[in-house]
Amino acid sequence: MRRLRAWGPGLLLIAPSLVALAVFVYGFLGWNIRVSMSSWRGLAPAHDFVGLDNYVALLGDVRFTHYDVPNIAIFTLVFVIGSLVVGFVMAVLLDRGVTGENVFRSVYLFPMAISFIATAIIWRWLMDNGGGESTTGINQLLADAGLESWRSDWFKSSSRWAIAAIALPAGWSLTGYVMSLFLAGMRGVPEELREAARVDGASEPRVFWHVVRPMLLPVLMSAVVILTHISLKTFDLFYAMDQKNIKIDTPALYMWFTTFDGGFYARGAAIATLLLLGVATIIVPYIWYSVREERRK
Amino acid sequence: MTAVPPARGHGRIRSPWANYVTTARYLALFALACFFLMPVYALLITALKSPSEVSVVRMWQWPHALSLDNFAIVWPKLREGFTNSVLMALPASVLSSLLGAANGFVLSKWRFPGADFAFALILFGMFIPYQAVLIPMFQVMSYSGLRGGLYGLILVHVIYGLPITTLIFRSYFAGISEELIEAAKVDGAGMLRTFVFVALPIAPPAFAVAMIWQFTSAWNDFLFGVLLTNKDRWPITVALNNIAGSQAVPFNEAMASALLACLPTLLVYVLLGRFFMRGLMAGALKG
Repeated sequence: MRRLRAWGPGLLLIAPSLVALAVFVYGFLGWNIRVSMSSWRGLAPAHDFVGLDNYVALLGDVRFTHYDVPNIAIFTLVFVIGSLVVGFVMAVLLDRGVTGENVFRSVYLFPMAISFIATAIIWRWLMDNGGGESTTGINQLLADAGLESWRSDWFKSSSRWAIAAIALPAGWSLTGYVMSLFLAGMRGVPEELREAARVDGASEPRVFWHVVRPMLLPVLMSAVVILTHISLKTFDLFYAMDQKNIKIDTPALYMWFTTFDGGFYARGAAIATLLLLGVATIIVPYIWYSVREERRK
Repeated sequence: MTAVPPARGHGRIRSPWANYVTTARYLALFALACFFLMPVYALLITALKSPSEVSVVRMWQWPHALSLDNFAIVWPKLREGFTNSVLMALPASVLSSLLGAANGFVLSKWRFPGADFAFALILFGMFIPYQAVLIPMFQVMSYSGLRGGLYGLILVHVIYGLPITTLIFRSYFAGISEELIEAAKVDGAGMLRTFVFVALPIAPPAFAVAMIWQFTSAWNDFLFGVLLTNKDRWPITVALNNIAGSQAVPFNEAMASALLACLPTLLVYVLLGRFFMRGLMAGALKG
Protein backbone atom coordinates (compact mmCIF):
# COMPACT_ATOMS: atom_id res chain seq x y z
CA MET A 1 0.00 0.00 0.00
CA ARG A 2 2.82 2.37 0.85
CA ARG A 3 4.53 1.51 -2.40
CA LEU A 4 1.33 2.21 -4.27
CA ARG A 5 1.21 5.65 -2.64
CA ALA A 6 4.77 6.21 -3.77
CA TRP A 7 4.32 5.52 -7.44
CA GLY A 8 0.55 5.72 -7.83
CA PRO A 9 0.38 9.46 -8.57
CA GLY A 10 2.99 9.16 -11.30
CA LEU A 11 1.11 6.38 -12.97
CA LEU A 12 -2.06 8.45 -12.72
CA LEU A 13 -0.39 11.45 -14.39
CA ILE A 14 0.69 9.49 -17.43
CA ALA A 15 -2.43 7.33 -17.55
CA PRO A 16 -4.17 9.53 -20.17
CA SER A 17 -1.18 9.26 -22.51
CA LEU A 18 -0.86 5.53 -21.95
CA VAL A 19 -4.57 4.98 -22.63
CA ALA A 20 -4.47 7.18 -25.75
CA LEU A 21 -1.45 5.30 -27.12
CA ALA A 22 -2.93 1.94 -26.13
CA VAL A 23 -5.98 2.74 -28.25
CA PHE A 24 -4.43 4.70 -31.13
CA VAL A 25 -1.32 2.54 -31.55
CA TYR A 26 -1.97 -0.96 -30.25
CA GLY A 27 -5.77 -0.95 -30.53
CA PHE A 28 -5.63 0.37 -34.09
CA LEU A 29 -2.84 -1.98 -35.14
CA GLY A 30 -4.83 -4.91 -33.76
CA TRP A 31 -8.03 -3.76 -35.42
CA ASN A 32 -6.20 -3.33 -38.71
CA ILE A 33 -5.00 -6.94 -38.51
CA ARG A 34 -8.58 -8.00 -37.81
CA VAL A 35 -9.80 -6.05 -40.87
CA SER A 36 -7.13 -7.78 -42.97
CA MET A 37 -8.81 -11.10 -42.13
CA SER A 38 -12.27 -10.00 -43.20
CA SER A 39 -13.78 -9.59 -46.64
CA TRP A 40 -14.56 -5.88 -46.22
CA ARG A 41 -15.03 -4.28 -49.60
CA GLY A 42 -17.10 -1.19 -50.22
CA LEU A 43 -18.55 1.28 -47.77
CA ALA A 44 -20.07 -1.02 -45.15
CA PRO A 45 -17.54 -2.83 -42.94
CA ALA A 46 -17.74 -6.62 -43.04
CA HIS A 47 -17.08 -8.48 -39.83
CA ASP A 48 -16.75 -11.99 -41.22
CA PHE A 49 -13.57 -14.02 -40.89
CA VAL A 50 -11.72 -15.26 -43.97
CA GLY A 51 -8.40 -16.16 -42.35
CA LEU A 52 -5.37 -15.39 -44.48
CA ASP A 53 -7.27 -15.24 -47.78
CA ASN A 54 -6.31 -11.61 -48.41
CA TYR A 55 -2.64 -12.35 -47.90
CA VAL A 56 -2.79 -15.35 -50.23
CA ALA A 57 -4.54 -13.16 -52.82
CA LEU A 58 -1.73 -10.59 -52.55
CA LEU A 59 0.81 -13.27 -53.45
CA GLY A 60 -1.00 -13.67 -56.76
CA ASP A 61 -1.45 -9.93 -57.27
CA VAL A 62 0.83 -8.78 -60.08
CA ARG A 63 0.85 -5.14 -58.95
CA PHE A 64 2.03 -6.21 -55.51
CA THR A 65 4.51 -8.96 -56.37
CA HIS A 66 5.89 -7.69 -59.69
CA TYR A 67 5.97 -3.97 -58.98
CA ASP A 68 5.50 -2.87 -55.38
CA VAL A 69 7.78 -5.32 -53.59
CA PRO A 70 10.72 -5.18 -56.04
CA ASN A 71 10.26 -1.39 -56.28
CA ILE A 72 10.46 -0.78 -52.56
CA ALA A 73 13.41 -3.19 -52.30
CA ILE A 74 15.32 -1.29 -55.01
CA PHE A 75 14.42 2.08 -53.53
CA THR A 76 15.41 1.07 -50.00
CA LEU A 77 18.72 -0.34 -51.19
CA VAL A 78 19.70 2.71 -53.25
CA PHE A 79 18.37 5.26 -50.78
CA VAL A 80 19.84 3.71 -47.63
CA ILE A 81 23.26 2.87 -49.06
CA GLY A 82 23.49 6.17 -50.95
CA SER A 83 22.58 8.28 -47.92
CA LEU A 84 24.93 6.32 -45.67
CA VAL A 85 27.92 6.64 -47.99
CA VAL A 86 27.42 10.33 -48.78
CA GLY A 87 26.49 11.22 -45.21
CA PHE A 88 29.56 9.41 -43.92
CA VAL A 89 31.85 11.18 -46.39
CA MET A 90 30.35 14.53 -45.39
CA ALA A 91 30.98 13.75 -41.72
CA VAL A 92 34.61 12.75 -42.42
CA LEU A 93 35.16 15.97 -44.39
CA LEU A 94 33.82 18.06 -41.51
CA ASP A 95 35.14 16.03 -38.59
CA ARG A 96 38.50 17.66 -37.84
CA GLY A 97 37.13 21.16 -38.07
CA VAL A 98 36.98 23.40 -41.15
CA THR A 99 36.39 27.12 -41.49
CA GLY A 100 32.69 27.75 -41.89
CA GLU A 101 31.67 24.38 -40.54
CA ASN A 102 28.35 25.74 -39.26
CA VAL A 103 27.48 27.11 -42.68
CA PHE A 104 28.24 23.81 -44.42
CA ARG A 105 26.30 21.85 -41.81
CA SER A 106 23.26 24.11 -42.09
CA VAL A 107 23.30 23.89 -45.88
CA TYR A 108 23.46 20.06 -45.78
CA LEU A 109 20.71 19.80 -43.20
CA PHE A 110 18.05 22.36 -44.14
CA PRO A 111 16.20 20.14 -46.68
CA MET A 112 15.03 18.12 -43.71
CA ALA A 113 12.83 21.02 -42.63
CA ILE A 114 10.97 20.90 -45.97
CA SER A 115 7.93 18.67 -46.39
CA PHE A 116 8.13 15.69 -48.75
CA ILE A 117 5.27 17.24 -50.74
CA ALA A 118 7.24 20.42 -51.45
CA THR A 119 10.41 18.37 -52.03
CA ALA A 120 8.61 16.24 -54.59
CA ILE A 121 7.14 19.26 -56.37
CA ILE A 122 10.56 20.88 -56.74
CA TRP A 123 12.37 17.71 -57.82
CA ARG A 124 9.69 16.66 -60.26
CA TRP A 125 10.49 19.74 -62.29
CA LEU A 126 14.24 19.24 -61.89
CA MET A 127 13.91 15.73 -63.30
CA ASP A 128 11.77 16.98 -66.16
CA ASN A 129 12.32 15.01 -69.33
CA GLY A 130 12.21 17.56 -72.09
CA GLY A 131 14.45 16.46 -74.95
CA GLY A 132 16.56 18.29 -77.54
CA GLU A 133 15.93 22.04 -77.47
CA SER A 134 13.55 21.78 -74.53
CA THR A 135 15.92 19.82 -72.33
CA THR A 136 15.78 21.26 -68.85
CA GLY A 137 16.40 20.58 -65.19
CA ILE A 138 19.24 18.29 -64.21
CA ASN A 139 19.61 16.97 -67.73
CA GLN A 140 20.31 20.50 -68.89
CA LEU A 141 22.94 21.00 -66.18
CA LEU A 142 24.58 17.73 -67.18
CA ALA A 143 24.60 18.76 -70.84
CA ASP A 144 26.12 22.15 -69.93
CA ALA A 145 28.83 20.32 -67.98
CA GLY A 146 29.60 18.20 -71.04
CA LEU A 147 28.09 15.09 -69.52
CA GLU A 148 25.36 14.59 -72.10
CA SER A 149 25.75 10.82 -71.89
CA TRP A 150 24.61 10.96 -68.26
CA ARG A 151 21.20 12.15 -69.39
CA SER A 152 18.46 10.12 -67.81
CA ASP A 153 14.70 9.81 -67.91
CA TRP A 154 14.86 9.50 -64.11
CA PHE A 155 11.63 8.23 -62.61
CA LYS A 156 9.93 8.19 -65.98
CA SER A 157 12.47 5.77 -67.36
CA SER A 158 11.13 2.45 -68.61
CA SER A 159 13.81 0.63 -66.66
CA ARG A 160 13.09 -1.50 -63.63
CA TRP A 161 15.34 0.93 -61.73
CA ALA A 162 13.19 4.01 -62.41
CA ILE A 163 12.26 4.19 -58.73
CA ALA A 164 15.94 4.57 -57.83
CA ALA A 165 15.65 8.16 -59.16
CA ILE A 166 13.41 8.97 -56.19
CA ALA A 167 16.36 8.19 -53.93
CA LEU A 168 17.83 11.49 -55.16
CA PRO A 169 15.17 13.77 -53.59
CA ALA A 170 14.85 11.40 -50.62
CA GLY A 171 18.61 11.52 -50.10
CA TRP A 172 18.61 15.29 -50.61
CA SER A 173 16.17 15.44 -47.74
CA LEU A 174 17.83 13.04 -45.30
CA THR A 175 21.58 12.78 -46.00
CA GLY A 176 22.28 15.74 -43.75
CA TYR A 177 20.66 13.81 -40.94
CA VAL A 178 22.98 10.85 -41.51
CA MET A 179 25.91 13.26 -41.53
CA SER A 180 24.83 14.70 -38.16
CA LEU A 181 24.58 11.22 -36.66
CA PHE A 182 28.06 10.23 -37.86
CA LEU A 183 29.55 13.58 -36.88
CA ALA A 184 28.14 13.30 -33.36
CA GLY A 185 29.56 9.78 -33.19
CA MET A 186 33.03 10.86 -34.33
CA ARG A 187 33.10 13.80 -31.94
CA GLY A 188 32.07 11.44 -29.15
CA VAL A 189 35.38 9.59 -29.45
CA PRO A 190 37.60 10.93 -26.63
CA GLU A 191 40.57 12.89 -27.97
CA GLU A 192 42.86 11.03 -25.51
CA LEU A 193 42.16 7.77 -27.32
CA ARG A 194 43.19 9.25 -30.66
CA GLU A 195 46.21 10.86 -29.06
CA ALA A 196 47.28 7.59 -27.45
CA ALA A 197 47.22 5.89 -30.83
CA ARG A 198 49.24 8.74 -32.36
CA VAL A 199 51.84 8.45 -29.64
CA ASP A 200 52.12 4.78 -30.54
CA GLY A 201 53.02 5.93 -34.04
CA ALA A 202 49.73 5.37 -35.84
CA SER A 203 49.14 7.50 -38.94
CA GLU A 204 45.88 9.50 -39.15
CA PRO A 205 44.13 7.00 -41.45
CA ARG A 206 45.15 4.19 -39.08
CA VAL A 207 43.91 6.16 -36.07
CA PHE A 208 40.60 6.53 -37.86
CA TRP A 209 40.37 2.88 -38.84
CA HIS A 210 41.39 1.35 -35.52
CA VAL A 211 40.12 3.88 -32.98
CA VAL A 212 37.21 5.84 -34.47
CA ARG A 213 35.61 3.30 -36.82
CA PRO A 214 34.77 0.65 -34.19
CA MET A 215 33.06 3.29 -32.07
CA LEU A 216 30.83 4.28 -34.99
CA LEU A 217 29.09 0.92 -35.19
CA PRO A 218 26.14 1.90 -32.95
CA VAL A 219 25.69 5.08 -35.02
CA LEU A 220 25.71 3.05 -38.22
CA MET A 221 23.06 0.77 -36.76
CA SER A 222 20.84 3.72 -35.76
CA ALA A 223 21.18 5.26 -39.20
CA VAL A 224 20.36 2.01 -41.03
CA VAL A 225 17.31 1.34 -38.87
CA ILE A 226 15.96 4.88 -39.17
CA LEU A 227 16.52 5.18 -42.93
CA THR A 228 15.09 1.74 -43.64
CA HIS A 229 11.90 2.32 -41.71
CA ILE A 230 11.42 5.73 -43.33
CA SER A 231 11.96 4.14 -46.72
CA LEU A 232 9.34 1.46 -46.10
CA LYS A 233 6.60 3.77 -44.90
CA THR A 234 7.13 6.89 -47.04
CA PHE A 235 4.02 7.78 -48.95
CA ASP A 236 3.80 11.49 -49.76
CA LEU A 237 7.12 11.76 -51.64
CA PHE A 238 6.04 9.20 -54.25
CA TYR A 239 2.46 10.42 -54.22
CA ALA A 240 3.36 14.00 -55.07
CA MET A 241 6.10 12.95 -57.49
CA ASP A 242 4.03 10.92 -59.92
CA GLN A 243 1.16 9.02 -58.36
CA LYS A 244 -0.10 7.24 -61.46
CA ASN A 245 3.29 5.84 -62.40
CA ILE A 246 3.40 2.09 -61.74
CA LYS A 247 7.20 2.24 -62.00
CA ILE A 248 7.37 4.11 -58.72
CA ASP A 249 4.44 2.37 -57.05
CA THR A 250 5.14 1.04 -53.54
CA PRO A 251 3.14 -0.98 -50.98
CA ALA A 252 2.38 2.25 -49.08
CA LEU A 253 0.81 3.78 -52.22
CA TYR A 254 -1.03 0.64 -53.21
CA MET A 255 -2.50 0.48 -49.71
CA TRP A 256 -3.80 4.04 -50.01
CA PHE A 257 -5.31 3.73 -53.48
CA THR A 258 -6.88 0.32 -53.06
CA THR A 259 -8.41 1.28 -49.71
CA PHE A 260 -9.60 4.83 -50.07
CA ASP A 261 -10.13 5.04 -53.84
CA GLY A 262 -11.11 1.46 -54.55
CA GLY A 263 -12.88 0.52 -51.32
CA PHE A 264 -10.87 -2.70 -50.92
CA TYR A 265 -10.47 -2.20 -47.19
CA ALA A 266 -9.51 -5.79 -46.37
CA ARG A 267 -6.79 -5.84 -49.01
CA GLY A 268 -5.46 -2.45 -47.90
CA ALA A 269 -5.34 -3.69 -44.32
CA ALA A 270 -3.40 -6.79 -45.42
CA ILE A 271 -0.79 -4.65 -47.23
CA ALA A 272 -0.51 -2.38 -44.18
CA THR A 273 -0.05 -5.38 -41.91
CA LEU A 274 2.81 -6.64 -44.09
CA LEU A 275 4.39 -3.18 -43.92
CA LEU A 276 4.04 -3.27 -40.15
CA LEU A 277 5.73 -6.67 -40.02
CA GLY A 278 8.60 -5.39 -42.16
CA VAL A 279 9.13 -2.35 -39.95
CA ALA A 280 8.69 -4.29 -36.69
CA THR A 281 11.39 -6.81 -37.56
CA ILE A 282 13.99 -4.04 -37.57
CA ILE A 283 12.50 -1.66 -34.99
CA VAL A 284 11.66 -4.05 -32.15
CA PRO A 285 15.22 -5.40 -31.74
CA TYR A 286 16.49 -1.83 -32.06
CA ILE A 287 14.28 -0.48 -29.24
CA TRP A 288 15.03 -3.54 -27.12
CA TYR A 289 18.75 -3.02 -27.64
CA SER A 290 18.60 0.73 -26.94
CA VAL A 291 16.64 0.39 -23.69
CA ARG A 292 18.93 -2.42 -22.50
CA GLU A 293 22.10 -0.47 -23.35
CA GLU A 294 20.75 2.50 -21.44
CA ARG A 295 20.03 0.42 -18.34
CA ARG A 296 23.57 -0.92 -18.39
CA LYS A 297 25.04 2.58 -18.07
CA MET B 1 38.11 8.86 -47.75
CA THR B 2 40.32 9.50 -44.80
CA ALA B 3 41.53 12.87 -45.96
CA VAL B 4 42.47 13.90 -42.46
CA PRO B 5 45.34 16.37 -42.22
CA PRO B 6 47.71 16.08 -39.27
CA ALA B 7 46.31 17.72 -36.19
CA ARG B 8 47.62 21.19 -35.61
CA GLY B 9 49.39 22.26 -32.47
CA HIS B 10 51.04 18.95 -31.74
CA GLY B 11 54.42 19.91 -33.04
CA ARG B 12 54.10 17.33 -35.78
CA ILE B 13 55.82 17.68 -39.11
CA ARG B 14 53.32 18.82 -41.73
CA SER B 15 53.18 16.51 -44.67
CA PRO B 16 53.98 18.19 -48.02
CA TRP B 17 50.61 16.91 -49.19
CA ALA B 18 48.70 18.70 -46.43
CA ASN B 19 47.87 21.74 -48.54
CA TYR B 20 46.50 19.67 -51.40
CA VAL B 21 44.43 17.60 -49.02
CA THR B 22 42.95 20.73 -47.45
CA THR B 23 42.14 22.23 -50.84
CA ALA B 24 40.54 18.99 -52.00
CA ARG B 25 38.50 18.87 -48.85
CA TYR B 26 37.10 22.35 -49.33
CA LEU B 27 36.36 21.64 -52.98
CA ALA B 28 34.41 18.54 -51.99
CA LEU B 29 32.50 20.41 -49.29
CA PHE B 30 31.72 23.21 -51.73
CA ALA B 31 30.54 20.80 -54.45
CA LEU B 32 28.23 19.10 -51.95
CA ALA B 33 26.87 22.48 -50.86
CA CYS B 34 26.11 23.27 -54.51
CA PHE B 35 24.17 20.04 -54.84
CA PHE B 36 22.08 20.78 -51.77
CA LEU B 37 21.43 24.37 -52.84
CA MET B 38 20.68 23.61 -56.51
CA PRO B 39 16.93 22.95 -56.01
CA VAL B 40 16.64 26.04 -53.82
CA TYR B 41 18.32 28.15 -56.46
CA ALA B 42 15.83 27.00 -59.11
CA LEU B 43 12.97 27.47 -56.65
CA LEU B 44 13.98 30.97 -55.61
CA ILE B 45 14.84 32.49 -58.97
CA THR B 46 11.75 31.01 -60.62
CA ALA B 47 9.47 32.30 -57.89
CA LEU B 48 11.06 35.74 -58.12
CA LYS B 49 10.87 36.10 -61.91
CA SER B 50 7.94 37.89 -63.45
CA PRO B 51 5.38 35.32 -64.68
CA SER B 52 5.93 36.26 -68.33
CA GLU B 53 9.66 35.59 -68.05
CA VAL B 54 9.33 32.13 -66.51
CA SER B 55 10.07 29.18 -68.74
CA VAL B 56 10.91 25.65 -67.72
CA VAL B 57 13.66 25.49 -70.32
CA ARG B 58 15.34 28.55 -68.85
CA MET B 59 14.93 27.49 -65.24
CA TRP B 60 18.60 28.06 -64.40
CA GLN B 61 18.81 31.54 -65.94
CA TRP B 62 19.15 34.58 -63.74
CA PRO B 63 16.02 36.81 -63.85
CA HIS B 64 16.11 40.12 -65.75
CA ALA B 65 14.06 41.80 -63.07
CA LEU B 66 12.79 40.67 -59.70
CA SER B 67 9.06 40.44 -59.23
CA LEU B 68 6.69 39.25 -56.53
CA ASP B 69 3.81 38.69 -58.95
CA ASN B 70 3.98 34.91 -58.65
CA PHE B 71 3.33 35.11 -54.95
CA ALA B 72 0.39 37.45 -55.54
CA ILE B 73 -1.06 34.84 -57.93
CA VAL B 74 -0.74 31.80 -55.63
CA TRP B 75 -1.24 33.32 -52.18
CA PRO B 76 -5.06 33.59 -52.46
CA LYS B 77 -5.18 29.87 -53.28
CA LEU B 78 -2.87 28.92 -50.43
CA ARG B 79 -4.07 31.27 -47.71
CA GLU B 80 -6.78 29.03 -46.33
CA GLY B 81 -4.46 26.00 -46.10
CA PHE B 82 -1.78 28.15 -44.52
CA THR B 83 -4.20 29.38 -41.83
CA ASN B 84 -5.47 25.85 -41.20
CA SER B 85 -1.93 24.58 -40.71
CA VAL B 86 -1.12 27.35 -38.23
CA LEU B 87 -4.33 26.67 -36.30
CA MET B 88 -3.52 22.95 -36.29
CA ALA B 89 0.25 22.79 -35.78
CA LEU B 90 0.51 25.28 -32.89
CA PRO B 91 -1.96 23.63 -30.48
CA ALA B 92 -0.80 20.17 -31.56
CA SER B 93 2.83 20.95 -30.68
CA VAL B 94 1.98 22.67 -27.37
CA LEU B 95 -0.35 19.91 -26.13
CA SER B 96 1.93 17.12 -27.25
CA SER B 97 4.90 18.74 -25.51
CA LEU B 98 3.01 19.29 -22.23
CA LEU B 99 1.87 15.66 -22.10
CA GLY B 100 5.34 14.53 -23.15
CA ALA B 101 6.84 16.56 -20.29
CA ALA B 102 4.61 14.80 -17.76
CA ASN B 103 5.40 11.38 -19.24
CA GLY B 104 9.11 12.08 -19.41
CA PHE B 105 9.16 13.25 -15.81
CA VAL B 106 7.33 10.22 -14.45
CA LEU B 107 9.32 7.75 -16.56
CA SER B 108 12.65 9.14 -15.40
CA LYS B 109 12.13 10.63 -11.90
CA TRP B 110 8.92 9.16 -10.46
CA ARG B 111 9.24 5.67 -11.79
CA PHE B 112 6.81 2.83 -11.19
CA PRO B 113 7.46 -0.90 -11.63
CA GLY B 114 7.71 -1.67 -15.34
CA ALA B 115 8.45 1.94 -16.30
CA ASP B 116 11.10 0.88 -18.81
CA PHE B 117 8.76 -1.58 -20.43
CA ALA B 118 6.05 1.09 -20.64
CA PHE B 119 8.61 3.42 -22.23
CA ALA B 120 9.55 0.82 -24.85
CA LEU B 121 5.86 0.33 -25.67
CA ILE B 122 5.44 4.10 -26.03
CA LEU B 123 8.53 4.38 -28.24
CA PHE B 124 7.27 1.80 -30.69
CA GLY B 125 4.47 4.23 -31.61
CA MET B 126 7.10 6.51 -33.15
CA PHE B 127 8.19 3.97 -35.74
CA ILE B 128 4.97 2.30 -36.86
CA PRO B 129 4.05 2.70 -40.51
CA TYR B 130 0.95 4.87 -40.28
CA GLN B 131 -0.65 2.88 -43.08
CA ALA B 132 -1.31 0.20 -40.44
CA VAL B 133 -3.55 2.52 -38.39
CA LEU B 134 -5.27 4.43 -41.20
CA ILE B 135 -8.36 2.24 -41.61
CA PRO B 136 -9.25 2.07 -37.88
CA MET B 137 -8.45 5.79 -37.57
CA PHE B 138 -10.76 6.56 -40.49
CA GLN B 139 -13.56 4.53 -38.87
CA VAL B 140 -13.16 5.95 -35.36
CA MET B 141 -12.87 9.54 -36.55
CA SER B 142 -15.88 9.15 -38.84
CA TYR B 143 -18.08 7.58 -36.15
CA SER B 144 -17.10 10.17 -33.55
CA GLY B 145 -17.73 13.04 -35.96
CA LEU B 146 -14.13 14.25 -35.70
CA ARG B 147 -13.33 13.70 -39.36
CA GLY B 148 -13.59 16.72 -41.60
CA GLY B 149 -12.49 19.49 -39.25
CA LEU B 150 -9.25 20.43 -37.53
CA TYR B 151 -9.97 18.95 -34.08
CA GLY B 152 -9.57 15.37 -35.23
CA LEU B 153 -6.34 16.24 -37.00
CA ILE B 154 -4.99 18.00 -33.89
CA LEU B 155 -5.94 14.99 -31.78
CA VAL B 156 -4.01 12.49 -33.91
CA HIS B 157 -0.98 14.78 -34.13
CA VAL B 158 -0.97 15.12 -30.34
CA ILE B 159 -1.23 11.37 -29.79
CA TYR B 160 1.26 10.21 -32.42
CA GLY B 161 3.62 12.97 -31.25
CA LEU B 162 3.67 11.59 -27.70
CA PRO B 163 6.44 9.00 -28.27
CA ILE B 164 9.01 11.55 -29.47
CA THR B 165 8.09 14.25 -26.94
CA THR B 166 8.15 11.67 -24.12
CA LEU B 167 11.58 10.55 -25.34
CA ILE B 168 12.92 14.12 -25.46
CA PHE B 169 11.71 15.00 -21.95
CA ARG B 170 12.73 11.66 -20.48
CA SER B 171 16.30 12.15 -21.71
CA TYR B 172 16.29 15.72 -20.47
CA PHE B 173 14.97 14.97 -16.97
CA ALA B 174 17.27 11.94 -16.66
CA GLY B 175 20.12 14.46 -16.78
CA ILE B 176 18.99 16.51 -13.77
CA SER B 177 20.29 15.53 -10.37
CA GLU B 178 18.37 13.15 -8.14
CA GLU B 179 19.08 15.41 -5.16
CA LEU B 180 16.89 18.15 -6.55
CA ILE B 181 13.94 15.74 -6.60
CA GLU B 182 14.83 14.28 -3.20
CA ALA B 183 15.02 17.76 -1.69
CA ALA B 184 11.53 18.51 -2.91
CA LYS B 185 10.29 15.19 -1.49
CA VAL B 186 11.87 15.95 1.90
CA ASP B 187 10.12 19.28 1.86
CA GLY B 188 6.90 17.32 1.62
CA ALA B 189 6.13 18.05 -2.02
CA GLY B 190 4.06 15.41 -3.79
CA MET B 191 4.58 14.19 -7.32
CA LEU B 192 2.49 16.91 -8.96
CA ARG B 193 4.10 19.73 -6.97
CA THR B 194 7.58 18.42 -7.73
CA PHE B 195 6.72 18.20 -11.42
CA VAL B 196 5.16 21.67 -11.64
CA PHE B 197 7.49 23.61 -9.32
CA VAL B 198 10.81 21.78 -9.63
CA ALA B 199 10.92 20.01 -12.99
CA LEU B 200 8.92 22.33 -15.30
CA PRO B 201 10.82 25.54 -14.43
CA ILE B 202 14.10 24.02 -15.62
CA ALA B 203 12.61 22.42 -18.74
CA PRO B 204 12.39 25.29 -21.28
CA PRO B 205 15.25 23.89 -23.43
CA ALA B 206 13.44 20.56 -23.69
CA PHE B 207 10.21 22.40 -24.53
CA ALA B 208 11.97 24.25 -27.32
CA VAL B 209 13.26 20.99 -28.80
CA ALA B 210 9.96 19.13 -28.46
CA MET B 211 7.77 21.96 -29.75
CA ILE B 212 9.97 22.70 -32.75
CA TRP B 213 10.09 19.03 -33.64
CA GLN B 214 6.33 18.64 -33.29
CA PHE B 215 5.56 21.84 -35.15
CA THR B 216 7.73 20.73 -38.07
CA SER B 217 6.21 17.24 -38.24
CA ALA B 218 2.64 18.53 -37.99
CA TRP B 219 3.28 21.24 -40.58
CA ASN B 220 4.89 18.78 -42.99
CA ASP B 221 2.42 15.94 -42.51
CA PHE B 222 0.35 14.98 -45.52
CA LEU B 223 -1.14 11.55 -44.80
CA PHE B 224 -3.26 12.41 -41.75
CA GLY B 225 -4.32 15.71 -43.29
CA VAL B 226 -5.57 14.20 -46.53
CA LEU B 227 -7.39 11.40 -44.67
CA LEU B 228 -9.07 13.44 -41.96
CA THR B 229 -9.99 16.85 -43.34
CA ASN B 230 -12.50 18.28 -45.81
CA LYS B 231 -11.53 20.76 -48.49
CA ASP B 232 -12.13 23.87 -46.38
CA ARG B 233 -9.93 22.49 -43.58
CA TRP B 234 -7.08 21.13 -45.69
CA PRO B 235 -3.67 21.75 -44.15
CA ILE B 236 -1.04 23.47 -46.30
CA THR B 237 0.56 20.26 -47.61
CA VAL B 238 -2.74 18.97 -49.00
CA ALA B 239 -3.58 22.38 -50.45
CA LEU B 240 -0.11 22.60 -51.99
CA ASN B 241 -0.38 19.17 -53.55
CA ASN B 242 -3.72 20.10 -55.10
CA ILE B 243 -2.49 23.43 -56.42
CA ALA B 244 0.96 22.44 -57.60
CA GLY B 245 0.76 18.67 -57.72
CA SER B 246 0.52 18.21 -61.45
CA GLN B 247 2.64 19.09 -64.45
CA ALA B 248 -0.38 20.96 -65.84
CA VAL B 249 0.20 23.75 -63.31
CA PRO B 250 2.39 26.59 -64.57
CA PHE B 251 5.99 26.18 -63.42
CA ASN B 252 6.13 29.62 -61.76
CA GLU B 253 3.00 28.95 -59.70
CA ALA B 254 4.28 25.54 -58.59
CA MET B 255 7.57 27.02 -57.39
CA ALA B 256 6.03 30.06 -55.70
CA SER B 257 3.50 27.97 -53.79
CA ALA B 258 6.13 25.40 -52.76
CA LEU B 259 8.26 28.25 -51.42
CA LEU B 260 5.39 29.80 -49.45
CA ALA B 261 4.42 26.41 -48.03
CA CYS B 262 7.84 25.73 -46.55
CA LEU B 263 8.58 29.25 -45.29
CA PRO B 264 7.43 28.67 -41.67
CA THR B 265 9.49 25.52 -41.12
CA LEU B 266 12.48 27.02 -42.90
CA LEU B 267 12.20 30.10 -40.71
CA VAL B 268 12.09 27.92 -37.60
CA TYR B 269 15.13 26.05 -38.90
CA VAL B 270 17.11 29.22 -39.57
CA LEU B 271 16.23 30.91 -36.29
CA LEU B 272 16.22 27.91 -33.98
CA GLY B 273 18.41 25.41 -35.82
CA ARG B 274 20.25 24.51 -32.64
CA PHE B 275 17.10 23.04 -31.07
CA PHE B 276 16.08 21.43 -34.33
CA MET B 277 19.40 19.56 -34.30
CA ARG B 278 18.81 18.24 -30.81
CA GLY B 279 15.41 16.94 -31.82
CA LEU B 280 17.12 15.07 -34.66
CA MET B 281 19.52 13.42 -32.26
CA ALA B 282 16.69 12.44 -29.92
CA GLY B 283 14.95 10.79 -32.85
CA ALA B 284 17.86 8.36 -33.06
CA LEU B 285 17.17 7.32 -29.45
CA LYS B 286 20.39 8.96 -28.28
CA GLY B 287 19.98 11.72 -25.71
